Amino acid sequence: MLDVLLGSLGELISPSSAAYALAAIGLGIHFGYSGLLNFGQAGFMAIGAYGFAVFTSLVDPTATWGWPPLLSLLAATLVGVAASVVFALILGIPTLRLRGDYLAIVTIAAAEIVRYVARTQDLTDVTGGSQGIRGNQFKGDIQAVNDGFLDLPTGTWYTVVSWALVVVAIVVVWGIMRSPWGRVVKGIREDEDAVRSLGKNVYAYKMQALVLGGVMGAVAGILLVFPRSVQADGFATILTFNVWTALLLGGAATVLGPVLGGVLFWFLLSFVRGVIGELHTLGVFGSTTATQAGQLAFVFVGLALIALVVFRPQGVMGNKKELSFNV
Amino acid sequence: MSSPTKTHPLVQGEVGPGCAKVDPIVVADAVKRQFGGLTAVDVAHLEIPRGAITALIGPNGAGKTTFFNLLTGFDKPNEGTWSFEGSSLAGVPAYKVARRGMVRTFQLTKSLGRLTVLQNMLLGATGQRGERFGSAFWSFLWRKQENENTVRADDLLARFKLDAKREDFAASLSGGQRKLLEMARALMSKPTLVMLDEPMAGVNPALTQSLLDHVLGLKADGMSVLFVEHDMHMVRHISDWVIVMAEGKVVAEGPPESIMQDQAVVDAYLGAHHDTDLGTLTNQQVRQIEQEAAQELDEVQATREEDKA
Ligand SMILES: Nc1ncnc2c1ncn2[C@@H]1O[C@H](COP(=O)(O)OP(=O)(O)OP(=O)(O)O)[C@@H](O)[C@H]1O
Ligand SMILES: [Mg+2]
Repeated sequence: MLDVLLGSLGELISPSSAAYALAAIGLGIHFGYSGLLNFGQAGFMAIGAYGFAVFTSLVDPTATWGWPPLLSLLAATLVGVAASVVFALILGIPTLRLRGDYLAIVTIAAAEIVRYVARTQDLTDVTGGSQGIRGNQFKGDIQAVNDGFLDLPTGTWYTVVSWALVVVAIVVVWGIMRSPWGRVVKGIREDEDAVRSLGKNVYAYKMQALVLGGVMGAVAGILLVFPRSVQADGFATILTFNVWTALLLGGAATVLGPVLGGVLFWFLLSFVRGVIGELHTLGVFGSTTATQAGQLAFVFVGLALIALVVFRPQGVMGNKKELSFNV
Repeated sequence: MSSPTKTHPLVQGEVGPGCAKVDPIVVADAVKRQFGGLTAVDVAHLEIPRGAITALIGPNGAGKTTFFNLLTGFDKPNEGTWSFEGSSLAGVPAYKVARRGMVRTFQLTKSLGRLTVLQNMLLGATGQRGERFGSAFWSFLWRKQENENTVRADDLLARFKLDAKREDFAASLSGGQRKLLEMARALMSKPTLVMLDEPMAGVNPALTQSLLDHVLGLKADGMSVLFVEHDMHMVRHISDWVIVMAEGKVVAEGPPESIMQDQAVVDAYLGAHHDTDLGTLTNQQVRQIEQEAAQELDEVQATREEDKA
């Protein structure tokens, strides 16, 4: 049992934990600050991960043109980010002029479309189809950067890179949300017609917020696949809801809330999974398979979420005062 | 029935519905808005005078708010054109209308609840460098301008007696205070035409006078004002010009003194007793009210006794 706890504590700062945190920060920009209902954060993450991995595995500038690995790494990241910007524009242009719920519907559907396209058989040459893209096809550059530089163990190196990016995101959110720009998007969250009547181009601000949060989602997607391979089914709707849980757990309209939420969520999920695994080997679940028992973890996550909404609806970091109004 | 004066310094030619103004700031032509079968607004021609306080009155559902929405780009008409300071505004989005200096408030107040009162005010300022995405992160680019805007916001808040609420969330304000905040916020943009939709609704009598002074002050500062109001006291005391709408059409316009006497307006809107100022009841009226009350009381008691029996 102690092993499980220690293992889960190790997950606190794992790259996956950082990926959840970063995705939740992006979603916090959407929902917490701007009031945009993005139910397709997994789509942004998939776009980022596939953009990165497909570019690296197909183009591979290091091998093809002899680029330094760092440059190839940045280029691949840029491809993932650029793809997510295009994705945000495609989603935003038709919906951001309409009422908020339209974005919700479109994002949830678009994320699923991305996943199905990525796993379609016809694209196996590009995306690997349902097999996905194996780690050694896209991890060459990031490992090469480590080799000549810090020479850390691979896991530690991923952790350092991931958390450095989370810190950058935190600083960006903190800097931008205290600015007049942040004030405008918060105003849009409250009442977009009021903001319009004050001469602000609400549509453009919503688009900027959607792109910014989406880009963070894309980078989070890249972080998520570093310790594993790229698998289309890793970006299913459940991922979006996990990120939402992390966001609400931490506190939506706060700078550090999503980080805390992401870390806590990943820790709890790993811990509950570990405990269930232990119990399974002890035969507590009878004849159910280990995978089926593992699914129970999400039952507990759901229960935790209900408890959260009942006892601390503003999230761990949120301001209770903000909830006590009937706005 | 007294016939309205035939000429007026604001008017070019003869006074009447749709008359031409000497110096119009807004000119609307054939503006029509239908909701299904209902024609909410059907204005053939209307000019709003510059540098004056114009009241837009009319019964509930006359189309005043809809007309506001159309002029400010919050709603699209089925047909029609209108211009502001000589340039056409038809089809111009709401935020651009506001940037041109035509700023409105809403009948149903839109305060931004989870922003503080001060943040609400600062949002009203125009041309902010820090509102551009590219410069938002670098506070040295906008800090100075932000400080200047804060000084102006504090000044306005003090004038509207909201300075004590500066750091509170706007959601914690009372309904009347929200009206005041919305008006103060609109002024942050230094507009040329201020359009107020029922500014007095929910504002207590003690503040009424100072609100009237604020509106008069806007005119003194060179702004034009167009306001919708059901409070005839306000209309009579501060407006230079009154436009009457009924069933979407402009049915009368003129200076307040004569419009209150206009038979069409009295019939359509004011009712026969609109001259009675409730603040100063005569002794005779007081006696009459007391008598009626006593009579009703008797009746109530009588029915109660019947019920018992
Ligand atoms: N969005 C809408 N959809 C359908 N009908 C509408 C809509 N908005 C307004 N109307 C109708 O248009 C007419 C004019 O409404 P409007 O709000 O302009 O009246 P108003 O003059 O502002 O009244 P009040 O003094 O009560 O505020 C009303 O009959 C109303 O029912
Ligand atoms: Mg109205």
